Amino acid sequence: MTVQTIAARVDARGLSCPLPIVKTALAIRGLASGDLLEVLATDPGSTKDFTAWSTTTGHTLVESSVDGAVFRYLVRRK
Amino acid sequence: MTATLTRPALPPALTEGLDDPLPVTEAAPATEGAVKTKELVIVSESGDLERTWATTILASTAAAGEMKVSIFFTFWGLFSLVRPEVRVTGTNWMQKMLAMMNRPGIDHARLSKLNFAGMGPWMMKKLARQYGVAEPRELLEMAQALGVRLIPCQMSMDMMGISPDQLIDGVEPAVGAAAALELITNADASLFI
Repeated sequence: MTVQTIAARVDARGLSCPLPIVKTALAIRGLASGDLLEVLATDPGSTKDFTAWSTTTGHTLVESSVDGAVFRYLVRRK
Repeated sequence: MTATLTRPALPPALTEGLDDPLPVTEAAPATEGAVKTKELVIVSESGDLERTWATTILASTAAAGEMKVSIFFTFWGLFSLVRPEVRVTGTNWMQKMLAMMNRPGIDHARLSKLNFAGMGPWMMKKLARQYGVAEPRELLEMAQALGVRLIPCQMSMDMMGISPDQLIDGVEPAVGAAAALELITNADASLFI
């Protein structure tokens, strides 16, 4: 098993659409291919947004989970 | 058409939460393989607050989705591109009067209904802050940082007496209707807002 460290984090808690996605897109541009980006959000619409965004852009949505009111997404840069 | 753009640095409030400073680089590389990059063109015509909001949300989200995005600013929409410190635009009294009655600058957009002399937009922006919604100006800056092209309409610039130096940084040279139509017809989707 390979443990991969998270290269960058986006804290989009408390932010509404489209900020979680827009901030993710801004952050992922600074990463290298294969790097992992963690995003925290509280926008309930973000789950579908992240699935759609991952399909459109080709960046892999490695994980989509929820802990209480906080959604956590793990994205791997293509 | 290629143009050298200077993109403004984002205000700290927008970059907090990002571990790395914003890389100000050229647009994301084209998708490898056979997948064609989708193109969106928005014609921003109205300049009303709610419509400017729609324009900047869709443009920034589309750019975040790695689409090629251009916004053509015409008529009142052009006022969204006027620098915040420019109070009155125009060289003759009619142009000046139009700008006096309808203050240029994206921060001064009015609601098409329930404006109540600025009370409506004030409440709307207060609510936006409360609910973590970015204002049109912030969204426009993020859109620029994601490579969205901002293209002013030459005819509107001439008619309203607006000079290129009165527009925000990173705006492309003004073009005419034929160039706008070429963009629109080559795009996968176009919106008139």
